Amino acid sequence: MSLHTIVLVKQVPDTSNISGEVMRPDGTVNRARLPAIFNPEDQEALELALRLKDKHGGKVTALTMGPPNAANMLRECLYMGADRAILVSDRRFAAADTLATSYALHKAVHRIGEYDLIFGGRQAIDGDTAQVGPQTAEKLGIPQITYTLEVQNLDLKKRTVRAKRAIKNGYEILEAPLPVLLTVTKDAAEPRPFDVRRLCTYKRAQSRFEIEATVDNSHDLVWMDELMEKVKADDLLIETWNIEDIDADVQWCGLAGSPTKVHKVENVILSGAEFKKVPATPEGMNDMITELMQDHIFG
Amino acid sequence: MNSKLKDMVWVFAEQTDGVMADVSLELLHKARTLAEKMNSQVSAVLLGDKVEGLTKTLFAHGADNVYLLDDVELKDFRSMPYANLITNLVEEKRPRVVLFGATHIGRDIAPRVASHTRSGLTADCTELKIETLTIRKVEHEDLLLQIRPAFGGNIIATIISPDVEIQMATIREGVMEMGEPDASRKGTVIPLEVELDPVEIAVKIIEKHQEASSVNLKGAPIIVAGGYGADTPEKFQLIKDLAKVLGAEVAGSRAAVDAGLINSERQVGQTGTTVRPKLYIAIGISGAIQHRAGMQESQKIIAINSDAEAPIFQVAHYGIHGDLTDVIPKLIAAYKSQLH
Repeated sequence: MSLHTIVLVKQVPDTSNISGEVMRPDGTVNRARLPAIFNPEDQEALELALRLKDKHGGKVTALTMGPPNAANMLRECLYMGADRAILVSDRRFAAADTLATSYALHKAVHRIGEYDLIFGGRQAIDGDTAQVGPQTAEKLGIPQITYTLEVQNLDLKKRTVRAKRAIKNGYEILEAPLPVLLTVTKDAAEPRPFDVRRLCTYKRAQSRFEIEATVDNSHDLVWMDELMEKVKADDLLIETWNIEDIDADVQWCGLAGSPTKVHKVENVILSGAEFKKVPATPEGMNDMITELMQDHIFG
Repeated sequence: MNSKLKDMVWVFAEQTDGVMADVSLELLHKARTLAEKMNSQVSAVLLGDKVEGLTKTLFAHGADNVYLLDDVELKDFRSMPYANLITNLVEEKRPRVVLFGATHIGRDIAPRVASHTRSGLTADCTELKIETLTIRKVEHEDLLLQIRPAFGGNIIATIISPDVEIQMATIREGVMEMGEPDASRKGTVIPLEVELDPVEIAVKIIEKHQEASSVNLKGAPIIVAGGYGADTPEKFQLIKDLAKVLGAEVAGSRAAVDAGLINSERQVGQTGTTVRPKLYIAIGISGAIQHRAGMQESQKIIAINSDAEAPIFQVAHYGIHGDLTDVIPKLIAAYKSQLH
């Protein structure tokens, strides 16, 4: 049986790069205006999966839950080398916390069927929780290796994988039976650039939402089913699944399925320390150091 | 166990090679405050091999009870046996609050336990409180307010889990204070059977390599930290030079770690270490809230930044607006001249 790896990917607002353009006059961030990017550690997860495919053959499936425009990131997965891209998207998934997200993802994995490995980034930059990977593994009833630094050996005969995992002040090497879920930490694998030929092909890959938009905007009479069949026949379909497609129970999805709720959000109010402006001159520094010495901060 | 009080606040007692993690002791101290508001006891959950000796430390730091899972299979941490045993215990006893250190171990197992028990879980909280809140006319008692910076640090979010019984949180080391141990405190050890299925222990540890940490940011009286403004090795060297002159530890913001200028074990902030030194010098650090969360309780803060509007100035006691390549040498010279 050939190797099948699923990679969990997420499109995230680029919180690391907040420019003046996304700031509101009151100094808060207009989140809707942040550019959407492919979560960096998920790119490394995809790279690790593709390296295993390069070595052992087989297939890589990119899976995401997100809004319709997450198709942009899935196209990037195809450009890098993913064989199949799946967008789990439904308004009823909105406001999902990590538990509701992992519920939906594990249902989607069930629909995908057989797999040997699941990779995902350790955490996404918009929440930094690192919870979706382990929670998905728990729901699938499979072991996990978090903080993966390196995949050292995959033995398809013995059906085991060896990976190096970061621990406090060091590392450990674990051997896990397949299937197993691995979350990948920063710097595990530099993501490969887009393959130019794949880019030319898959820039035309479309999700169901995008095909619907084509149909809606067409001046001629176009039938949705026909167009879907054509895109599928050309192997350019980004499969798009809703709640029913993954056989998910609505009560465990979205806000309803999320035990954690945001009770209150406050803009940050800075505590005003007694602030002294120090001129960048030798005299300014001398005065400051004298004060600090008097306060017994130095010495 | 004292039957007059409930057993509602739990702390995962994390040990490695028989050494208790500081963060667990810090959480026990915080758990006492939470438990008082809930009229509850505090229990620690300790897993390992021949670790009963650690229970005294847990009592001294605030535990009333220790659930002890002692077995040779639990000698080294592994996700599945640890998570499953804690899950079973949580399902049976149904505490209201379970706290984990946000470590490579706590962040690995807490999501699994929360997933199986359908509990609310918030990562990297910077503050925890117990309150009774009325939400849509329904009174919710003993809610755990899970407070953390969110969304790139632009906001502080208070997360609650009002519709579920069990509320969980992970907290970084150093965020909560440890408190003084009281060696005379006594408690109850509750030993439990350890039963594990072969499937649960199928992951093998082939090799483990751990060094004693050479970094002690938490204990350093003076810390000199660099950020994105020191974006070249040459500029960062100036920061190291200043630290050397002052006898300080060097630290960095997440941006400095991401840029490869400094090792992640020296990262200060929400996803790094929280520090409270006598003096914190922030150089080229704009002062995103995640960073401030890790240093704003420093006794004195000096900020050096070329951006006069940088938020770091608002938590600083001394602000120097200027280029670090100009300011640092002057600061070093001024310090040296005053020493003599």
